[in-house]
Amino acid sequence: MSQQGYVATPPYSQPQPGIGLSPPHYGHYGDPSHTASPTGMMKPAGPLGPTATGAILPPGPPPPGPHQFGQNGAHATGHPPQRFSGPPPVNNVASSYAPYQPSAQSSYPTPMSTSSVTQLGSQLSAMQINSYGSGMAPPSQGPPGPQSATSFQTPPRPPQPSILQPGSQVLPPPPTKLNGPGASPLPPPMYRPDGLAGPPPPNAQYQLPPLPGQTLGAGYPPQQEANSGPQMAGTQLSYPGGFPGGPAQMAGPPQPQKKLDLDSIPSPIQVIENDRASRGGQVYATNTRGQIPPLVTTDCIIQDQGNASPRFIRCTTYCFPCTSDMAKQAQIPLAAVIKPFATIPSNETPLYLVNHGESGPVRCNRCKAYMCPFMQFIEGGRRYQCGFCNCVNDVPPFYFQHLDHIGRRLDHYEKPELSLGSYEYVATLDYCRKNKPPNPPAFIFMIDVSYSNIKNGLVKLICEELKTVLEKLPKEEQEEMSAIRVGFITYNKVLHFFNVKSNLAQPQMMVVTDVGEVFVPLLDGFLVNYQESQSVIHNLLDQIPDMFADSNENETVFAPVIQAGMEALKILFQPQTNVYDSLAKDCVAHGCSVTLFLFPSQYVDVASLGLVPQLTGGTLYKYSNFQMHLDSQQFLNDLRNDIEKKIGFDAIMRVRTSTGFRATDFFGGILMNNTTDVEMAAIDCDKAVTVEFKHDDKLSEDSGALIQCAVLYTTISGQRRLRIHNLGLNCSSQLADLYKSCETDALINFFAKSAFKAVLHQPLKVIREILVNQTAHMLACYRKNCASPSAASQLILPDSMKVLPVYMNCLLKNCVLLSRPEISTDERAFQRQLVMTMGVADSQLFFYPQLLPIHTLDVKSTTLPAAVRCSESRLSEGGIFLLANGLHMFLWLGVSSPPELIQGIFNVPSFAHINTDTTLLPEVGNPYSQQLRMIMGIIQQKRPYSMKLTLVKQREQPEMVFRQFLVEDKGLYGGSSYVDFLCCVHKEICQLLN
Amino acid sequence: MATYLEFIQQNEERDGVRFSWNVWPSSRLEATRMVVPLACLLTPLKERPDLPPVQYEPVLCSRPTCKAVLNPLCQVDYRAKLWACNFCFQRNQFPPAYGGISEVNQPAELMPQFSTIEYMVQRGAQSPLIFLYVVDTCLEEDDLQALKESLQMSLSLLPPDALVGLITFGRMVQVHELSCEGISKSYVFRGTKDLTAKQIQDMLGLTKPATPMQQARPAQPQEHPSVSSRFLQPVHKIDMNLTDLLGELQRDPWPVTQGKRPLRSTGVALSIAVGLLEGTFPNTGARIMLFTGGPPTQGPGMVVGDELKIPIRSWHDIEKDNARFMKKATKHYEMLANRTAANGHCIDIYACALDQTGLLEMKCCANLTGGYMVMGDSFNTSLFKQTFQRIFTKDFNGDFRMAFGATLDVKTSRELKIAGAIGPCVSLNVKGPCVSENELGVGGTSQWKICGLDPTSTLGIYFEVVNQHNAPIPQGGRGAIQFVTRYQHSSTQRRIRVTTIARNWADAQTQLRHIEAAFDQEAAAVLMARLGVFRAESEEGPDVLRWLDRQLIRLCQKFGQYNKEDPASFRLSDSFSLYPQFMFHLRRSPFLQVFNNSPDESSYYRHHFARQDLTQSLIMIQPILYSYSFHGPPEPVLLDSSSILADRILLMDTFFQIVIYLGETIAQWRKAGYQDMPEYENFKHLLQAPLDDAQEILQARFPMPRYINTEHGGSQARFLLSKVNPSQTHNNHYAWGQETGAPILTDDVSLQVFMDHLKKLAVSSAC
Repeated sequence: MSQQGYVATPPYSQPQPGIGLSPPHYGHYGDPSHTASPTGMMKPAGPLGPTATGAILPPGPPPPGPHQFGQNGAHATGHPPQRFSGPPPVNNVASSYAPYQPSAQSSYPTPMSTSSVTQLGSQLSAMQINSYGSGMAPPSQGPPGPQSATSFQTPPRPPQPSILQPGSQVLPPPPTKLNGPGASPLPPPMYRPDGLAGPPPPNAQYQLPPLPGQTLGAGYPPQQEANSGPQMAGTQLSYPGGFPGGPAQMAGPPQPQKKLDLDSIPSPIQVIENDRASRGGQVYATNTRGQIPPLVTTDCIIQDQGNASPRFIRCTTYCFPCTSDMAKQAQIPLAAVIKPFATIPSNETPLYLVNHGESGPVRCNRCKAYMCPFMQFIEGGRRYQCGFCNCVNDVPPFYFQHLDHIGRRLDHYEKPELSLGSYEYVATLDYCRKNKPPNPPAFIFMIDVSYSNIKNGLVKLICEELKTVLEKLPKEEQEEMSAIRVGFITYNKVLHFFNVKSNLAQPQMMVVTDVGEVFVPLLDGFLVNYQESQSVIHNLLDQIPDMFADSNENETVFAPVIQAGMEALKILFQPQTNVYDSLAKDCVAHGCSVTLFLFPSQYVDVASLGLVPQLTGGTLYKYSNFQMHLDSQQFLNDLRNDIEKKIGFDAIMRVRTSTGFRATDFFGGILMNNTTDVEMAAIDCDKAVTVEFKHDDKLSEDSGALIQCAVLYTTISGQRRLRIHNLGLNCSSQLADLYKSCETDALINFFAKSAFKAVLHQPLKVIREILVNQTAHMLACYRKNCASPSAASQLILPDSMKVLPVYMNCLLKNCVLLSRPEISTDERAFQRQLVMTMGVADSQLFFYPQLLPIHTLDVKSTTLPAAVRCSESRLSEGGIFLLANGLHMFLWLGVSSPPELIQGIFNVPSFAHINTDTTLLPEVGNPYSQQLRMIMGIIQQKRPYSMKLTLVKQREQPEMVFRQFLVEDKGLYGGSSYVDFLCCVHKEICQLLN
Repeated sequence: MATYLEFIQQNEERDGVRFSWNVWPSSRLEATRMVVPLACLLTPLKERPDLPPVQYEPVLCSRPTCKAVLNPLCQVDYRAKLWACNFCFQRNQFPPAYGGISEVNQPAELMPQFSTIEYMVQRGAQSPLIFLYVVDTCLEEDDLQALKESLQMSLSLLPPDALVGLITFGRMVQVHELSCEGISKSYVFRGTKDLTAKQIQDMLGLTKPATPMQQARPAQPQEHPSVSSRFLQPVHKIDMNLTDLLGELQRDPWPVTQGKRPLRSTGVALSIAVGLLEGTFPNTGARIMLFTGGPPTQGPGMVVGDELKIPIRSWHDIEKDNARFMKKATKHYEMLANRTAANGHCIDIYACALDQTGLLEMKCCANLTGGYMVMGDSFNTSLFKQTFQRIFTKDFNGDFRMAFGATLDVKTSRELKIAGAIGPCVSLNVKGPCVSENELGVGGTSQWKICGLDPTSTLGIYFEVVNQHNAPIPQGGRGAIQFVTRYQHSSTQRRIRVTTIARNWADAQTQLRHIEAAFDQEAAAVLMARLGVFRAESEEGPDVLRWLDRQLIRLCQKFGQYNKEDPASFRLSDSFSLYPQFMFHLRRSPFLQVFNNSPDESSYYRHHFARQDLTQSLIMIQPILYSYSFHGPPEPVLLDSSSILADRILLMDTFFQIVIYLGETIAQWRKAGYQDMPEYENFKHLLQAPLDDAQEILQARFPMPRYINTEHGGSQARFLLSKVNPSQTHNNHYAWGQETGAPILTDDVSLQVFMDHLKKLAVSSAC
């Protein structure tokens, strides 16, 4: 897929480049720094001379490279952006691709390719322009193009297709490899073995159909599909037909249109791969304000040199507009996704702990910001100016230090808080509740022992597992045993508390039946140190399953259970009661976090129940229709993982900003009692809070926009600490800078959370419209202000937002925003809640699942195979594919899967023998099996939820479920395909521009 | 004929009855003029080793409103096999079983010596006795330890098939499930929330029949089907479990900050205990035994807040209406007591603490249900330990000296009506023709419920003569009263004890001497005292004293022999001679005087006074004083300061205390160690004699008295000094030449002064 696109692109892109270029694009594309290095590395003598140049040069004007060709050259900022030369017509789309990242291009192999590319590009562009009949399009510069162009122009014409084809054909050569699996291994070294298209083109210019009048939705069609081969023809043909129909973009286009060439439109896979190729495995130092970090999907080593690692904070843009007018104009959300406790890989430095003893952290007198690299020391080190509020403070005597010749303290590198973006302070008593040191935290396990849970063995399972899990309670690295105390409650219609004091011969059970006004019946012996009370606890866990074996109690209570847990620490989309709401608030007030494992077999009102975990910073796990033999592994993994997680308790987060803007809205598993303090009863390494910023004044390009996120929390050993993350962003009065610095993954995270939050108050339709409108608006603004003029029919995307449409479409199709009959309200509430606490990496995977071909596995490789786009067209009867989105994992088996693979993986003789009623792959000692299981392990790793594996055989009923995850396709129950959506957005943009 | 004294004694021994008058005035007016009401002290279960119960059931009068039991006073027509009820004159056919009846072949109940007889009821399922321990855990460590040991020990004393249960409380209330293996399980309740019986039963899961469980394992039908078995288990089955459980009992773990009392949920704990039994074993003999070490400080029934700086209410507070929680708490416990009584269960209160524990508020629980009330300083004292142990003593038959769920039914012949009863009972509100409208004590009924009783439990029962003065009862007639006590014997049998007595009527105008001679001044003193104490519960102390004084004066006026206005001429006959002295001591007794007693102590004393038999009651009113000296064998001496001599050892028994007091010289000798010298072995014996005698009393008494061993000048000597008649005080003592005695520093009047005034008032015509 991507490959083709890739190939195709260049030609098209050329025009764009020309167009857009001017401004330096940081990001992927034009950005020198960025691109440059990768490029260099990857490719020696890049065919693309220009790029290289660009690289060298500062962000200045983009290299004239191929891109410039474009007639559109006008595009200002354009470079990065991808434009789709929109002509609805099939072909155009493809063209847009081209501009991809420099690296990509460079990677592109052969010189010849370059040339050809350019040419093609020009042609295409020309074509596009024309094509869209809109007439707007200026002349096609491309030499070859003209003809095609002409043909294009008149969309309706049947010939178009044919024309396109040729074009596509032209392009194809290089790409081929990329394409299908079968593709020939041409490419230059750059290519990944898998044939993934190399570097994706930076700018995606798509020419999208839409003339206002003509809705083409469908129109897009694939022109370049050369590769697709057979389909192509059909597509093209259909295309024309579709065209006229114009109207419903989504709906309209009949099958044929669908066929529209996916490869020609920006591919998330390509974008990811390109970033990986250019930045993966490198050291990313955070020494520069406003630099754009690698994508979340790219593995690299992050070195804290004064700004917080992107593992902790990711922003929707790393360059804020200077004025609110600008911000309004662009409508790009200014937000940061903060994951304050993100796990740091072992090869990176853990956070330093600063201890100022009784005097506590040094803070600005006015705004209370904590000492950080943004503080400017003056007057020989006696005073410092706060980078946030500009207040000049005296340096406390104990903290005094002389300055060196460049005005830096001599101890600059000795003190983490002066030189690092992230670090921790030991908090003094002033930071503790009621000025008392906190108690060591506690885990209270509350087990539902009602009839069904006993009967299906769940209780036994849990009790058995707890014995293991308790051995692994989180602890401070230097300590021998965990300071976390544990307590146990079981409940059905009533609550049972257990006294497991270490000196008891046997556990004591205390039943509380007054569920209307629940309380904790014991003090001593309820929360114990696991090691000390181990034998009593084991005794208890052994007994619990039998104890309730006679229970025929079906009713269960829930709120009292949590309330009880909370007391111990002192101790529907629209939630139907406010019981849980106020309960959750109480929990937070007492620093009690609730994690919920639900095993519903019917409607349980997740929306209401889930409120508690959400507001208390806990986690919600849901196992619908739990079946012991299928689901226990998933549950156990979740349980273990949840207990072993790094976690902070009783946390309050405060986000401070430099003058000119401020945090206005917060999304996540949080509770806010005022407008600034984000309260979380607990926060673990997987939870992220998304913060939106708004201007309240002008920002200056010089001082930039500074963010300090401080989290006051209690460690697992009961120490009160402050965790500080600092991040400096650039500011610019140029819209182009803003667009260059955006990060789509973070944007989607923000959009998802804000939309999911709005779900409670607004109709879904309205929310979807707002999202579409804003998407269009952002892109229109770019086109209007940053891109060089181009035909209206062209869809022009900023480089940094190339994949925004596809991701946005995924978001819009998510069951939370698009209610679907086969998805229960509970499930929607569940997913909604999950997303609310997701970090960028999780939301990226959640909305755009990873689809890996397994049948082409290189059993010797230890890396993941290259992903393919989530579209049915990528599947093949002879293939096996693994799909994962962070919650579910599917293994899709084509009807003609290679028997040796079947044998290898399942240890059965044939496809027909595969039993799909399992969630575990057999442990076969064969390389296929091992490799596949290893891959699954890698995918699962770092994901907060254990994914349940579903085996799907092609053409069997369960495939329907699987298909819902092929997010580029049209949904079975609604939700447009990627292509359709692109058309729709294009149309919106055109309307806006008119 | 024997003297009245002998007659009275015989009657008491045979029937457990002592009447104030043994010849009854024949008209209402005359009876009123007698001042002391016609009344009796009844000890329903007086031990009668010589009286084995008969193995059949009583024959009842067939008149539905009468149902009197066939007795020796009935006229029997042996030929017609008929008997006439002596109360309603109904003629009744003997049941078929009595077919062989004849003058020479009489059933026991017709023989005069069986005026008291006990029947055994064969019908009805026997249910085991139930003991529900309600244990306070807010105790000091050693106290709790001692209590735990006592409780563990008690398990071995309980009847093996008795059911036993355990509730513990502190800040929370825990109902322990006893049947579980491997894990000890309890149901916990908040100590601040009052619950209805229904709620409690719901929460304990007592309302749902255990049918599903049964279905699940039909294998064990012999098990108690009742769900309640989870909380109440036969001792023999779970004594090991329970012993362990008690052993593991910990002090209430909730922290008590400085300056606070522990939070103690006595009110809720009792409420749950009551609710538990109510739901599971209504109308079965059951004891709820409350062990508490301090006042209830939270929830319903709280008596004092947890702030230590605010002390628990005193009499002073109560008089000033400053006892914030008293009324509400009293109401709570009264409600519980009434429910308990209605279910036939009784509540014992064992309160051991240095400060008050709220007995004032809780007294009704024991008073209305016939439970015991024991007050001590600590559970770690022999007073508590032995008292507690004594509850489980057995009689000559090897049966426990306790009975349950009794109803006392009183029937009178037509000339009499029942005015009321005073004792550990509640009214069953059975109205009838023989119930008077004038109430004395708990009246308005002819039946009372006594949920817990033992062989000494004694009720005062008050009567009224019906006949008007102008229609007196014909001479020579006899009035009759029948007491029918149905109860559950400690062997779990249902039994019925029937006592039928009769006394002669006499015309008070013509036969006053006769009546006078048949006056039982001891019984009368106790009966009057009960009335006084009963009134004192609801009236101001001085009013009660005035009322008592007036009664005494009127009695002296009626029965004294004197010349008007000449006090010196005043004489009382033998049968009245001691009565004024009883009244004198009664006036000073803690039953009527609250001075120097806490409200709890008053409640405690009154509780015992209202249930003990005549002898014990008299000791309470007028303690017994024995003197030991080299001059002769021990002798009873006057309860007077003049008896306090330097060379005497005194032994005083006030019922609640046993005081041994060494006179000044004796104390010096002992200090000098003479008792250890072989040549003064007689002195050693002298010292030992009162100790032995005291031991004897201590062994027999329930509750175990406080044992005080003191000497001249000792601080504890106050117990003696406050009791003796202050014939010598600082006001009159220093007259030289008076030989002996110890002056009492008091402004109380002495008996002599009292008598002088009494005579003066009696002879004065002003009254």
